[in-house]
Amino acid sequence: MKILVCISKAPDTTSKIAFTDGDTKFDENGVQYIVNPYDEWYALVRALELKEQNGGEVTTITVGEASDDSIIRKALAIGADNSVRVNMESTDAYSTAYQIADYAKANSFDIILTGKETINYNGSQLAGMISEIMDLPFISIASKLEMNGATATIHREIVGGDEIIEVNTPFVISAAKGMAEQRIPNMRGIMQARTKPLTVIEPVACENLTSFASYSLPDVKSECKYIDADNMDELVALLHNEAKVI
Amino acid sequence: MSVLVYIDTLNGSIAKSGFEAVYYGSKIGETTVLTNGSISDSELEKVGAYGASKVLIKRDLTENNPSQLSKLIQAAVASTNAETIVLSHDLIGKAVAPRVSAGLKAGFVAGAIALPEGDTVKVNVFSGKAFGHVKVNTSKKVIGLTVNSLSPEETEGTAAIEDFSADCGTSVITVKDVVKQDGDILLTEAEIVVSAGRGLKGPENWGMVEDLAKTLGAATACSRPVADIGWRPHHEHVGQTGYVVRPNLYIAAGISGAIQHLAGVNGSKTIVVINTDSEAPFFKAADYGIIGDAFEVLPKLNEAIKKFKANN
Repeated sequence: MKILVCISKAPDTTSKIAFTDGDTKFDENGVQYIVNPYDEWYALVRALELKEQNGGEVTTITVGEASDDSIIRKALAIGADNSVRVNMESTDAYSTAYQIADYAKANSFDIILTGKETINYNGSQLAGMISEIMDLPFISIASKLEMNGATATIHREIVGGDEIIEVNTPFVISAAKGMAEQRIPNMRGIMQARTKPLTVIEPVACENLTSFASYSLPDVKSECKYIDADNMDELVALLHNEAKVI
Repeated sequence: MSVLVYIDTLNGSIAKSGFEAVYYGSKIGETTVLTNGSISDSELEKVGAYGASKVLIKRDLTENNPSQLSKLIQAAVASTNAETIVLSHDLIGKAVAPRVSAGLKAGFVAGAIALPEGDTVKVNVFSGKAFGHVKVNTSKKVIGLTVNSLSPEETEGTAAIEDFSADCGTSVITVKDVVKQDGDILLTEAEIVVSAGRGLKGPENWGMVEDLAKTLGAATACSRPVADIGWRPHHEHVGQTGYVVRPNLYIAAGISGAIQHLAGVNGSKTIVVINTDSEAPFFKAADYGIIGDAFEVLPKLNEAIKKFKANN
């Protein structure tokens, strides 16, 4: 079984969010990048578990510049067999999906896994776009993935519950909480990651469909108004008259 | 400008988020609504009051397969010459809108929270800690509208319903079973959410959370540790790796307010925090704070709201 896992970088959750160049660029000053948690904890770890059960190979792919190599080595340390980096800055979901689809078409994978979203752009765009470009079935926001030969049994979230579905490979799937548990790389994994293949390929021509014209920060939240624990009538009055939410 | 709004009506009714998407579309241009399945005409006609002039329905497509819905939407775009395609950025929208975008090579604005301003559309980024202003470089655009980001107003309008036919291919995904969650009010659709954390000390104490939620007509939620130790089901977990909610009112009791939890609630219009620890970081994100024991405050708040409801 050949599995492709799409890996993206994301700023550490505690990073200070600020912008530079007239609010057109994310300020990376002092920002520590991590593997996007949905890609790492759920997509990559589940891919590794499936490989351990069924044999096969887990490849990761990242669209990014050389500075992304450190997070790719982390994915290799956790257990991926090899990695590919498409050498371009990823600023648009479609052009990123196009690069991944182009590589995947030439290398026939059984499963293409992504996290359900990145924690910086929260778009949930990539997996759906890859599936459309490759004309493959897409299972979005899945919390369970079991393989039996070429048939997958998947739990995907629907309004008010879960749908349990079956689909045959190849398919594209985006992973959410529940699919696997986080794995901490051990020293052996970290040592091995240094010599595992990380292939850098050049991008194919593709236009960006969107761009971020600028960013802005929310208004500073006004001071919290404290209410005495014995005076809930006052809170109710404020919620009704001031906040107008009840 | 011609606008196409896709809404999911497979359960036979139109969700609040569906009306929001229709209203959003109608503020951009002449809006046609597209849906599928066996919803009644009387229910479907309600979109007229939110600004749609026409409804297209493909009645024999009764599944929510993203590949088939993508084909359906692309066919309707071709027949209506729509320049803007709007979907709710919910579970179905997140599965379908990226496919439509890639299929049409039309730029996708994922998670819009406001109407287009000039040539950009505002979205949430960095898990609600900042806004991005997305510019679409293509003439056609797909917009995924964040749930509960605007308040639709009803008008007198009516919409004509037309059957629509399109080749949507066959489904290769087989639905084997559906597992429904308990609870009457869906967390992501709720206007009021009552949430609690480890400060409640044990699952046996959730009665007062449920009582308050019942009085308010609210959904119940919890913090990640509470879901992880099994006090509450995972589908109640609000935060970065759980659900992101945007209710009008979020009441948090016994939750300290870790940054990962705040990422799931910072889109709420009003936040009330109840905590014994006056240093709890959640107070910094709160509009109203009560320093006190949830065991005493929640029942008192419940009584105060009951009194208010009886008089109003």
